[in-house]
Amino acid sequence: MASEATAGTTGKGAAGWLQPHRVVLLIIALAIVLASIFYLRWDWLPAYLPLAMQGIWRTIWLLVVTSILGIALAIPLGLAQAAGPWFLSVPARTFCTIIRGTPLLLQLWLLYYGLGSLFPQIPWIRDSFLWPYLRQAWPYGVLALTLSFAGYEGEVMRGAFAGVPRGQLEAARAFGMRRWTAFRRIWLPQALQRALPTLAGESVLQLKATPLVATITMVDIYAVASRVRQDTFVTYEPLLLLAVVYMAITGIIVLAFRRLEARIPTRVG
Amino acid sequence: MEAKLIGAIIPAAASGIFDLLALEPPGWGGNLLRGLLSSVQIALGAYGLGLLIGIGGAYGRLYGGPVVRDLLGLYTTVVRAVPELVLILMLYFAGTDLVNRILIAFGHQPVDINGLVAGIGVLGIVQGAYSTEVLRGAILSIPQGQIEAARAYGMPPGLLLRRITLPAMLPFAIPGLANLWLIATKDTALLAIVGFNELTQTTRLAAGATKAYFTFFLAAGALYLALTLFSNVIIARVERWARCGTPKLSETR
Repeated sequence: MASEATAGTTGKGAAGWLQPHRVVLLIIALAIVLASIFYLRWDWLPAYLPLAMQGIWRTIWLLVVTSILGIALAIPLGLAQAAGPWFLSVPARTFCTIIRGTPLLLQLWLLYYGLGSLFPQIPWIRDSFLWPYLRQAWPYGVLALTLSFAGYEGEVMRGAFAGVPRGQLEAARAFGMRRWTAFRRIWLPQALQRALPTLAGESVLQLKATPLVATITMVDIYAVASRVRQDTFVTYEPLLLLAVVYMAITGIIVLAFRRLEARIPTRVG
Repeated sequence: MEAKLIGAIIPAAASGIFDLLALEPPGWGGNLLRGLLSSVQIALGAYGLGLLIGIGGAYGRLYGGPVVRDLLGLYTTVVRAVPELVLILMLYFAGTDLVNRILIAFGHQPVDINGLVAGIGVLGIVQGAYSTEVLRGAILSIPQGQIEAARAYGMPPGLLLRRITLPAMLPFAIPGLANLWLIATKDTALLAIVGFNELTQTTRLAAGATKAYFTFFLAAGALYLALTLFSNVIIARVERWARCGTPKLSETR
């Protein structure tokens, strides 16, 4: 049965992929695309194109910044859970449980509305140089997405740190490496390598979490589509375009991680 | 009763946390619990619908014809690549629109679609894509000789599914399915965007009305967390039950 089940994917190269039924499906897909170009309303697009490009840029910026900050937070979180003393591992585990146990939308609203209503009441925050930024929405969006990514990725890093063979660390110590050197040269690279396949999936999940910031008035690509809907009463076309944009970004993420994984030699001792 | 009296005398914004969260009408606790209940309802419904789609989808992807296989692959890829928020809006608008057009075409009056049903339908379709992939992987993890043996005995497909495939794949599927359940409970929060009165939306209304943002969002967070932790306990039990009599996963390799 297994051979029959996988028969469709065993063909090598483009000729194997392009079977007769796929050609028919492609033609149907092309017809649908052409039909949606000609029969749906796209006259709003030129007017909103600059805003849409800005929105796409902001979505990507948000994704990259929060992922990098999130990983930077996740490494100590994972390390504390995998090898830390109890007074570090218990708070780290609690943090991960809370982040993973509540919806991101709720966390976002807690930070934006909660902190946003608290800060104006504190005089020294109002007087500080950060106040012009804290009055805007994006610091709260970045903070919520970063904490969320750190919570999920901290759990992954815990497994990755714990999964590095002990012999590797013992060998590093036998070479007389200091703890920090051993961590930097041996433990962290191997843990990151183990976490890389999961990281690709988590990045896609993070991309799919970014449109939530539109609910706190950040103008990402999702907010642009909502604005088009409100201004012009065109419902489906902006949503379709939105889906295409997100699929394109997802495709880029998946390809980028595949190339990154291919660059790293897979032989783990 | 006492909370009600205090709540009646002092305006809501000035009264204490416990008055705000009281179950009686001046407090919002009852509303929050009702919100939690409808969140759980949607999550259960969407999860069940997702499982049905998943079983059908996994069978289609493994044993279906080439066209069915490709279309299901397209379904799972698209749903997993597009944010749930966008899918919810699309399916919510398009779905209700489509149902009403069909009703009109058959000469019926258009209906106002129940938010609960729409929410379950939309989240169920999203869940279905993920559970298709989970169940497909789990079915592939069964020693295929078991299925071949059942076929050799002349078992009809329905019986084969019920007696062999489903029970044998369960231990492999449960970690993924448990994850999906936790995702389902959290994804119900997204229905707040379309204005459905589940826990997150209720919380926002309560917080907006009383200006006690921290109190209500923390309370709602505690409710979600309690739901997750309770689910974890149940999942651990179910996992032990499903693993019953099978060797540990690490030993089967």
